Amino acid sequence: MNAAPLLEAHGVGRVFTVGGGVFLAKHRLQAVDSLTLHVRRGEVLGLVGESGCGKSTLAKMLLGLLEPTAGSITFDGVDIRTLDRKALARRIQPVFQDPYSSLNPRKTVAAIIGLPLKVHRVGAPATWRAKVREMMALVSLPERLADSYPGQLSGGQRQRVAIARALIMRPEIVICDEPTSALDVSVQSQILNLLQRLRRELGLTYVFISHNLAVVEHIATRVAVMYLGRIVEEADTARLFAYPRHPYTQALLASVLTPDPSQEVPDTGLGIAFPNPLDPPSGCRFHPRCPKALPLCSTQSPRSLELGGARVECHLYDTESVT
Amino acid sequence: MDAPLLEVEGLSVDLPVPAGLLRTVRDVSFTVRRGETLCLVGESGCGKSMTALALLDLLPRRAVRGVRALRFAGRDLDRLGESAMNALRGDRIAMIFQEPMTALNPAYTIGNQLVEVHRRHRKSAASAARERAVHLLEKVGIAGAARRLGQYPHQLSGGLRQRVMIAMALMCGPDLLVADEPTTALDVTIQAQILRLLAGLQRELDMAMILISHDLGVVARVADRVAVMYAGQIVETGTAAELFAAPAHPYTRGLLACIPVPGRTKPGAELGAIPGIVPSLVGDLVGCSFRERCAHAQTICAADPPVRTAAAGRSWRCVLAA
Repeated sequence: MNAAPLLEAHGVGRVFTVGGGVFLAKHRLQAVDSLTLHVRRGEVLGLVGESGCGKSTLAKMLLGLLEPTAGSITFDGVDIRTLDRKALARRIQPVFQDPYSSLNPRKTVAAIIGLPLKVHRVGAPATWRAKVREMMALVSLPERLADSYPGQLSGGQRQRVAIARALIMRPEIVICDEPTSALDVSVQSQILNLLQRLRRELGLTYVFISHNLAVVEHIATRVAVMYLGRIVEEADTARLFAYPRHPYTQALLASVLTPDPSQEVPDTGLGIAFPNPLDPPSGCRFHPRCPKALPLCSTQSPRSLELGGARVECHLYDTESVT
Repeated sequence: MDAPLLEVEGLSVDLPVPAGLLRTVRDVSFTVRRGETLCLVGESGCGKSMTALALLDLLPRRAVRGVRALRFAGRDLDRLGESAMNALRGDRIAMIFQEPMTALNPAYTIGNQLVEVHRRHRKSAASAARERAVHLLEKVGIAGAARRLGQYPHQLSGGLRQRVMIAMALMCGPDLLVADEPTTALDVTIQAQILRLLAGLQRELDMAMILISHDLGVVARVADRVAVMYAGQIVETGTAAELFAAPAHPYTRGLLACIPVPGRTKPGAELGAIPGIVPSLVGDLVGCSFRERCAHAQTICAADPPVRTAAAGRSWRCVLAA
């Protein structure tokens, strides 16, 4: 598991300009802020955080669909800006949340799954049909659905189509952005089982973005927790769930509702105010909601601290801050 | 024991569709007592939302409601005229919807909307209604409540909007609150806060609550009693403790096996799955509606399954004894 990083983000940032109508002021929104992250071959990196924390923006940048406004992203040591768009797409592919909007409703299942072969001109067109069939078998889609349209499929079947399309070029990394959030519980488990099996069989690497912590704990080998554009904690899954360090991670884990009727709904200890990303708090961005905030948290940004193979951005663990 | 606050017996909801009659709710019966939380749980299309809308007489125009008995606080809701139902709704029975942005009127301030409920049902003075609105906004944890009254729904975050919806539902101190997936659109930390708030208010005000959810974690933490719905029917009921400790119906067991439980499910292990899909609800369904997907299905499952009863309020619709 300790292979060289396959995908790396070096101090990546992304700023959006929002507003700016005729009479409206322009605002600068820092969706991702000098973020450093790496993905090793063969691992499942879980990326968790609440809406608006920048996880989907980060996913788009990792996919090369969005240019960072600062920093760089490297794939196998090469800056992705120097890579050809198509060459990158062969090696890194997305699976999105909503299989209802991510599939073209006017194309058949076989055409959707086979499109990457056509775009990349892989082999002779005569071989495509066989490749598509093989892919459908791999994701357990019945062959009879090849000529169906997405509208005729169930949510679970559509997500299988999306996965087959992502895998047909045999990419090395798949970025799964909330792949099961739109699905029913019984379908969610089928898709998770499928992703696990494909990873074993094809030796895939996943970046798995989700707000469902029970699912992340189940599928990820390492977890990064995002808050307002920063990764505030990163550790191996078992360690992060057993010993969460950052107060935000602790609150997130406390709000997981396990199906245990002997327990009540937990008190997260967070204030209600989720900060406005257009006007982020000074110092540590979590300090207004943090139950353990120190006076210095409101003025000084915490450093990124390495603690035994894990990483945390919090003054509580900084020996120079707490003395 | 006194009579239940709400008694539903033999509720059905039919929707005419091009293919025939879509029977979304089929012979559903349950009761809710004062101060009790009943959770309706099930996957999309199982009829849980339709059941809620049918109680409040808020079904789509084409839908046809049939019911053997529908009693609320001693009144027969099925015989109640439209104006009497309007007087009851928002006053004695209130509802919270999943998406507060579509349930709130974007053209009015939240103050206007909160005050209107109270003035309409209570014929109260504007100042008294306003006072109540501020009091309730504070109660649901909104800081600077008086200032918020002048804001429009779009100026609030999702979590705040859902709190406003809760405050609005509580304006007249209802006896029964129907909450349809109230936290599904929210982040996990906000979800925990809103559910904690609802549970606390329910206890404090001794309200009855029907909470509809697909999330078994939410249900386990909030429910006193649970009704599991599948294909328009209640397939299992019991207290939350009974149902989660010893689920009897194969569908309930299947659902519980599908979710990874921290500390219990081995990370990365194969999760349980329910093969197949829900049967079409168009036309009459004969026999157990789950039999096509059930590992325990037998030939007798082609006939309507018996309702087995283990204790008062503990029953399931299956040939299996448990």
